[in-house]
Amino acid sequence: MSPDDADSPASNEGGTVELRMREALRDAMTEEMRRDEDVFVMGEDVAVFQGAFKVTEGLLDEFGEKRVRDTPISENTIVGVGVGAAMAGLRPVVELMTVNFSLLALDQIINHAAAIPYMFNGNVRVPMVIRMPGGGGHQLGPTHSHSFEALYLQIPGLLVACPSTPADAKTLLKAAIRDENPVIFVEHESLYGIKGEVPEGEDVIQRFGEAAVRREGTDVTIVGILKMAHVAERAAEELESEHGISAEVIDPRTLRPLDLDTILESVKKTNRAVIVEEGWPHGGVGANLSTLITEQAFDYLDAPVQRVTGADVHMPYSRRMEQAAMPHEENVIEAVLAATDGAIGPKGGD
Amino acid sequence: MARIPDRQICLDLLGRMCLIRRFEEEAGRQYQRAKAGGFLHLAIGEEATIVGTTSVMRDDDFLIGTYRTHGHALARGTPADEVMAELFGKETGTSGGRGGSMHIFDAERRFMGGYGIVGGNLPLAAGLGLASQYKGEDSVTVCMFGDGASNTGNFGETMNLAALWELPVVFLVENNLYGMGTAIERHSAVTDLSRKAEGYGIEGERIDGMDVLEVRERVGAHLEEVREKGRPSLVEAFTYRYRGHSAADPEVYRDKSEVEEWQQKDPIETFIKACLDDGVLNDDDVESARREADETVEAAVKFADESPEPALESLYEELYVVSETMGWYAVDERSPEPHRGELGEDAPDVAKNLAESGAAHAAEEQERQSREGVRD
Repeated sequence: MSPDDADSPASNEGGTVELRMREALRDAMTEEMRRDEDVFVMGEDVAVFQGAFKVTEGLLDEFGEKRVRDTPISENTIVGVGVGAAMAGLRPVVELMTVNFSLLALDQIINHAAAIPYMFNGNVRVPMVIRMPGGGGHQLGPTHSHSFEALYLQIPGLLVACPSTPADAKTLLKAAIRDENPVIFVEHESLYGIKGEVPEGEDVIQRFGEAAVRREGTDVTIVGILKMAHVAERAAEELESEHGISAEVIDPRTLRPLDLDTILESVKKTNRAVIVEEGWPHGGVGANLSTLITEQAFDYLDAPVQRVTGADVHMPYSRRMEQAAMPHEENVIEAVLAATDGAIGPKGGD
Repeated sequence: MARIPDRQICLDLLGRMCLIRRFEEEAGRQYQRAKAGGFLHLAIGEEATIVGTTSVMRDDDFLIGTYRTHGHALARGTPADEVMAELFGKETGTSGGRGGSMHIFDAERRFMGGYGIVGGNLPLAAGLGLASQYKGEDSVTVCMFGDGASNTGNFGETMNLAALWELPVVFLVENNLYGMGTAIERHSAVTDLSRKAEGYGIEGERIDGMDVLEVRERVGAHLEEVREKGRPSLVEAFTYRYRGHSAADPEVYRDKSEVEEWQQKDPIETFIKACLDDGVLNDDDVESARREADETVEAAVKFADESPEPALESLYEELYVVSETMGWYAVDERSPEPHRGELGEDAPDVAKNLAESGAAHAAEEQERQSREGVRD
């Protein structure tokens, strides 16, 4: 924290304000840019256009062209410029217009941003944030609907955030900007408009590696990320009211580091786990987590870990087909019922 | 050959070129003895391009290079001991034995690294330039890369962005006529690489990379112009590597006579001749430059040989910085113990076992190689 902090006006410290997720993200960047001159934002259409999803709205007006920079469409180079700038002491916040386009920047993300600190034995650091919105549900077809949390989760050296609420979006992004490591900050396009109470106060941050228990329960643990954290919560409500099943819902908030302890403690209590994600099934977030649970809490499990994922296809365009390829509450409920197999609820003991 | 500079500069240029030559020859030998592993890319023949460039850079200028950068670090002043130790994979190496020959690094001397991915360093150079511009400093970044890299997407993307943002970067192509084993006529539609600058509205110039004084003069001019105008430029230095692309290169793609022809223009021999003809240096100066290089490299091998291997416990160190915003991380989540609070040095058993068995394997292999006296 900078020495200036003491002089900063504390705005309604301890209070909250209702914001949409895109506003919460914008506020995180605005506050961090006010706090630290070395923080700047760059990406395709982030300045004059104010962001493809309007997340950077107003930043150009307040901070000017030096600190809010429109870039050419050159993803690998945008990330690489961020890496170089970070190595020389700046703190870039790079926006890749979508997760889909981050594929063009994989060399800079993996071979450079993630590898450099280790490869050069800690003699240089890469404190940068790479924001990327993704996910399906907008009929954008196979090239514009990806979920790549699992891909980034695999890379040592990266941190991976996947916020599901406006509060987490703001406080995690602030933490990400202050962190010394390269951070992949995954946002879900469908969540930009959701509203939520967001804590005020410049120094309120959410540390990486602390899961949120969204709902307490005793019969099954449901882990969901991004939009699927909400799907999991709604499914849990229906499980309670329709099936008499008490589900605990956990949102890991960050996948690297992963708060495995909170998940394992829950599973040891409920003896059942269901993992919900939008991405592909093979080598996915759920595949990884279910292995970890099986390795470390096998004796506590009363049923195999269930995974609810997106379909193992490229996202189709047709509304009907697209919805068929994405997980919904019904799929979560079905998975929970499979895990409990009639052992719990009104039909329990039959 | 351009005008001969004063005696002190000549001694410095000669000393550094001799050091690189000697270091690279010895590195090749140590590779054959399996003391150095992985890939080994030697810059023998390219000394003038390297030394001519670094000799006109300021201490606060950034240099960034490729996987062929032992010489760049040495020219920037990194101790030969540390570069050789990195080749030997030792704890005392520039990157603690984690980077190897392709990934030499020295932040203190603003040598911002060698990089193993062709073209991967170009965007980083633009980022370093952006940082200078952003902070209002007048340092310039010199980005050196090979002719092959001029065909990568990064080249086009970075040249465009650097020109657009007026970043203080001198892009310097070390054109040694081959992208690995593919001759330039077979890999680039336009073989006058300096012309590739035209499409981005910046200056491009071809220079003789075998002539240390021409490199000095022309790169110096580019540095000052970039420093003053804050716009990037492109320099194409013609040079030649006498050895193969890497130590594992049978060189089927070129004739011995071509190598011999270039050796007639040897950057060190031609410079020595010019200095002797001019009278600025005498035979004793040359003799002592060579002797000093020999001694430095001999000492570097001894240092590297005697340096300790990296400690096994350090396997997970430096992967992350643990701070206020991330109080912990799971080293390897397969550990059955609780994870929160674990740091690198507290790696779980599963990770430690992996490290120990791997190290034992490496020791066996090393012993076998040294017994047989050859590498695979």
